[in-house]
Amino acid sequence: MLGLNSRDFKLFIIVCIMALAAPILLNPFPTGSALGQSFNAGYPALMQRFVIFGILAIGFNILFGLTGYLSFGHAAFLGIGSYAAVWMFKLLSYNVLPAILLSVIMAGIFSVVIGYISLRRSGIYFSILTLAFAQMMYQLAYSVLTPLTNGETGLQVYNDDPQILQGAGDPTIPHLFGITMNGQTQWNVAGWSFTFQNGYYFAAIFLILAFYLSIRIFRSPMGLMLRAIKSNQTRMSYVGLNTKPYMLAAFVISGMYAGLAGGLLAAMDPLTGAERMFWTASGEIVVMAILGGVGTLIGPVLGAGLIKYLENIVSKINDNILHGWFSFMPDWMDNLFVTIIHPFIGKGWHLTLGLLFMAVVIFLPGGLVQGGQKIISKFSRNKKSDAKDGADTPAE
Amino acid sequence: MDAFILQILNGLDKGSAYALIALGLTLIFGTLGVVNFAHGALFMIGAFVAVTVQKLFSLSYIEIDETKTDFLGNPLKVQMPYVDHWFGKGIGEWMQDWSVPLSILVVIPFMFALGYVLERGLIKHFYKRPHADQILVTFGLAIVIGEIVKAFYGANPIQTPPPSAFLGTIDVGVMLGFEPNAIAYPTWRMVYFAFSAIIIAAVFAFLRFTTFGMVVRAGMADRETVGLLGIDIDKRFTFMFGLAAAVAGMAGVMYAPILSPHYNIGMDFLVLSFVVVVVGGMGSLPGAVLAGFMLGILQSFASMNEVKAMLPGIDQIIIYLVAIIILLTRPRGLMGRKGVMEE
Repeated sequence: MLGLNSRDFKLFIIVCIMALAAPILLNPFPTGSALGQSFNAGYPALMQRFVIFGILAIGFNILFGLTGYLSFGHAAFLGIGSYAAVWMFKLLSYNVLPAILLSVIMAGIFSVVIGYISLRRSGIYFSILTLAFAQMMYQLAYSVLTPLTNGETGLQVYNDDPQILQGAGDPTIPHLFGITMNGQTQWNVAGWSFTFQNGYYFAAIFLILAFYLSIRIFRSPMGLMLRAIKSNQTRMSYVGLNTKPYMLAAFVISGMYAGLAGGLLAAMDPLTGAERMFWTASGEIVVMAILGGVGTLIGPVLGAGLIKYLENIVSKINDNILHGWFSFMPDWMDNLFVTIIHPFIGKGWHLTLGLLFMAVVIFLPGGLVQGGQKIISKFSRNKKSDAKDGADTPAE
Repeated sequence: MDAFILQILNGLDKGSAYALIALGLTLIFGTLGVVNFAHGALFMIGAFVAVTVQKLFSLSYIEIDETKTDFLGNPLKVQMPYVDHWFGKGIGEWMQDWSVPLSILVVIPFMFALGYVLERGLIKHFYKRPHADQILVTFGLAIVIGEIVKAFYGANPIQTPPPSAFLGTIDVGVMLGFEPNAIAYPTWRMVYFAFSAIIIAAVFAFLRFTTFGMVVRAGMADRETVGLLGIDIDKRFTFMFGLAAAVAGMAGVMYAPILSPHYNIGMDFLVLSFVVVVVGGMGSLPGAVLAGFMLGILQSFASMNEVKAMLPGIDQIIIYLVAIIILLTRPRGLMGRKGVMEE
């Protein structure tokens, strides 16, 4: 259905359901309870990040997962998208549609230029070239192009901006033809309260579209070609095929995904800063994709979700909460455990992330998806042949 | 003319740091074939060794001096550093003053051991994996090291002054026959440049004139053949990793007075050092050193006011710009050899 085979269609439906029902699924614990306060993730600000970074990771996966070219500068496109969107807010109106359109186009233009130059080299050189470009863009945005990006302060909409299409009655926050992004419906059932926010659903629809497009690309002849490039580019050239256009197409598509994500970020919160383009931000994208499983369809989305979830949850936990959890133990044991865990929570979240990332790279190069498949194949011996599909083992 | 010389001098200290880090990166890459994203973290650890040694030397206990009284008439309490207590006042104070250079004695064995452990414990398992995996695992390692340092030392830069003898500036202009104060240059930066020149020369001499170095060079050229000749090349390459870590550590120690160490300086230097390595030519040691100094000096020229007036902000992006141009016109870098990382 929809041009997908039944397996992919099932996966697609699962993603649709997960995205649309997220406000319910991510609130498994009653709102007031201790567990609910620590572990519930069903609030709009976090869910927006899930889907937006999901889009970003899907896009990154089209480049790295299919072609094996590791871009270390993807955050640059995210930043360009955000800047473009905020400029549209400043010049036209708070309507998000032109903003997102422009952010995708701008990211596309920049990725054509950067891709054309970077793709002349491969391997580590490509990584470093993209890194150099991204750092250059960061420096440009941070200081050199201050009139365009508002430098350190970050770009935002001011009252004296032209906003030529802004009508008198229009909301002064991002909206889609009058539907404000932060408008929401609250739904209280027993101890639970679910929040359905317009902005979240707006982004979720983009996630579903992005995911669908990525399935189609993965299954298309072009996807096959990209995979062939990954497994042996030299052979492709010997066959008489010019691999450049394919690579560039993959790079540009992936850059446009990042631009879309950047535009959505700005649509949720109409301000942006240069730190969104810093190279550690690019590193985070890589981490997301790897953690979930590069080269698989669903992996990057899972990775993005997991990282944003852990980031929020782990950095929220403090010593008092830990003491609460371990209160059933004798005091000395309680204190011992809290002392051991202390460096990994709260501000130490990046340490946890780094260790988790290293563990995945070392032991599970295929990411969480591969881990899940390993577990499944262990329990169902007779269905071994099934488990292989969907995850393409990295060539090389 | 004096402004010209001043900019060259300004570029030298930054250039020396780039050159030292790039030298280590190239050594690791040339011997083990691993792209080490954690090398900046090793530089940062070096800087923090200097911080730690300075802190340790100033550890003190409170002693009551019976001979003097404070303004209330009680016996005066004096902070008595342990080093003063153990070695006598003169030596103790000298040690505190000279803590940064003295840290070098600590950093060499420490970084060497750390490099050895890293290579044997982690990097070893990644020789047969794709380069992307090597980048990723060392990138993860860099995050972890950075966060551990942050957990111990906090996120703020920590001031680490050089020995008082090296505070102030040298008037280089007078030596070259200019007016006094035309070219004043901080003494410690001069020391840093001299120090790194010595280290670079030592590494080159080690590779050039010792049997060990000869074997390592042979191994870089053709690892398999050297192995067939009955030489345990892996062991020597591990040693080289330790050496590269020690070089990065020394670069970090000596840089601590110039730039107050914080947990992220490694990352800042790493990106630039990679650019330096690529510009110099992957796998070429002289290329790395040359490109390091060249880019350092170029950066300082770009930050001249006259240049900035013509091209505002050029100092921020000049290095990346040059890297992109060089990679596109001379894909192998300035002195790169054929066949390195080409597939």
